[in-house]
Amino acid sequence: MRAATTEPRAVRALLILIAIGWLALVILLPLFAVFVQAFEKGTGAFVDAILQPDALASIRLTLLTAAIVVPFNCVFGIAAAWAVAKHDFRGRNLLVSLIDLPFSVSPVVAGLMFVLLFGANGWFGPWLMAHGIRIMFAVPAIVIATAFVTFPYVARELIPLMIAQGRAEEEAALTLGANGFQTFWHVTLPNIRWGLLYGVLLTNARAMGEFGAVSVVSGHIRGLTNTMPLHVEVLYNEYNFVGAFAVASLLACLALVTLGAKTLLEWRHRDALAATGH
Amino acid sequence: MPGLHLTLGMTLLWLGLLVLLPMAAVIARSLGLGPRHFAEVAFSARALAAYRLSFGAALLAAAINAVFGFGIAWVLTRYQFPGKRLASALVDLPFALPTAVAGIALTAIYANTGIIGRPLAAIGIHIAYKPAGVVLALIFIGLPFVVRTVEPVLADLPKDIEEAAATLGASRLAIFARVLLPEVAPALLTGFALAFARGVGEYGSVIFIAGNMPFVSEIAPLLIVTQLEQFDYEGATAIAAVMLAISFAMLAVINFIQARERHWRDGGR
Repeated sequence: MRAATTEPRAVRALLILIAIGWLALVILLPLFAVFVQAFEKGTGAFVDAILQPDALASIRLTLLTAAIVVPFNCVFGIAAAWAVAKHDFRGRNLLVSLIDLPFSVSPVVAGLMFVLLFGANGWFGPWLMAHGIRIMFAVPAIVIATAFVTFPYVARELIPLMIAQGRAEEEAALTLGANGFQTFWHVTLPNIRWGLLYGVLLTNARAMGEFGAVSVVSGHIRGLTNTMPLHVEVLYNEYNFVGAFAVASLLACLALVTLGAKTLLEWRHRDALAATGH
Repeated sequence: MPGLHLTLGMTLLWLGLLVLLPMAAVIARSLGLGPRHFAEVAFSARALAAYRLSFGAALLAAAINAVFGFGIAWVLTRYQFPGKRLASALVDLPFALPTAVAGIALTAIYANTGIIGRPLAAIGIHIAYKPAGVVLALIFIGLPFVVRTVEPVLADLPKDIEEAAATLGASRLAIFARVLLPEVAPALLTGFALAFARGVGEYGSVIFIAGNMPFVSEIAPLLIVTQLEQFDYEGATAIAAVMLAISFAMLAVINFIQARERHWRDGGR
């Protein structure tokens, strides 16, 4: 006899089937399609497409962008979480809302903001031009736009975690004579390391995959200002489908590695991530 | 606790330079257009058609995601089945997969030569390069928002209220509709709103599959890009200001739902 608080077997089976079917159709099929299309003309064509100089340049630029943005936003995220979680001050809730703001802004609008600042007609455009500093349609703009869209990830992971962990351990360390930095390094950081890694993973995935914001500020110069997602678009619009899907498959692999690492973290360190709500 | 001045200073500096200053630029530039000119470019016929598509498609996709996302969250929290952990991990793929990759993959599947597009085309249904393609891309993008918002609430529901209702003779369906659904409704609404907000501003996954015909299948973010490419900074800025205002409004709505939910959970009962 079944319990009164579950459904008949047939209903359960049907619901599971619908859920798995929907996931397969909406999520698994597109993922699968990327790899099928990338290898449509064989492994040789795939390798050739990846080894094109423009493709390699886009890979380098994407890695460079992530290598600059991730540490910056990591340090910022830790600082923001420390300020918000370990102190009380007026406007704390407002600050948390402001940190979340980039999540709700369209990537295209984000890109446009930086055009209005650094473009030829922008607030700082003429001054930058007069001093020979190039930001728009160059690597700095790509880095800045990426930093904007990935701004909240680390802080958002750490703030609830650090609030849940409280302040008692830090206060004990301070009473025993540790200075602020020692307290952070030896007490707080070990407590938040898995949450931090989680935030860094998400930041990195978004940094390498960002399209809209970067597309507006990059200028799409082949071999110079095309990141991997932008290079995918260029190849696709040239009807070079094998090339587009080959580069896209590398990004899909990145997504799979991110998901795998994320799942592993949630599985092995569930308690250390508990406060983050995942 | 030490370090408040240092960390708060760093936070405000980084936030001010990277987020607030750029937003101020959009707002200041739009105000500079003057109300009449702003209204002309921000609410031109083409812009209105683009908002309508972005909103309509995001609304429809969020509604579909609310239904299926709820079902997936239900199955993941209540039932045991082989491959459950894999299914759960897959839900997050749209968060991790770059939007441009999703866009070309969906187009490859649903174009008239694609694995699903071809049979559909044979019976006269076209998805790619039509407004339906926009909805499809937004379904992909929005699904994890609903699942991940509803899942923890479903998992935390105490069994005893269901047991009490069952003891009192309520049918399973009645328990679902009158006991469980009201408990989960705020989370479901939050997930819906998050998926909707993301869908309104989404660009990368949509432009490949949308067809991008002005007045028909052109989303608002694409119109901003088009106008920028034509050096129409005023038009682009005005539309961006409208989108920004919508983002702020959505953020306020989501915060309101979440605050109400928390209030209700903490002491309302």
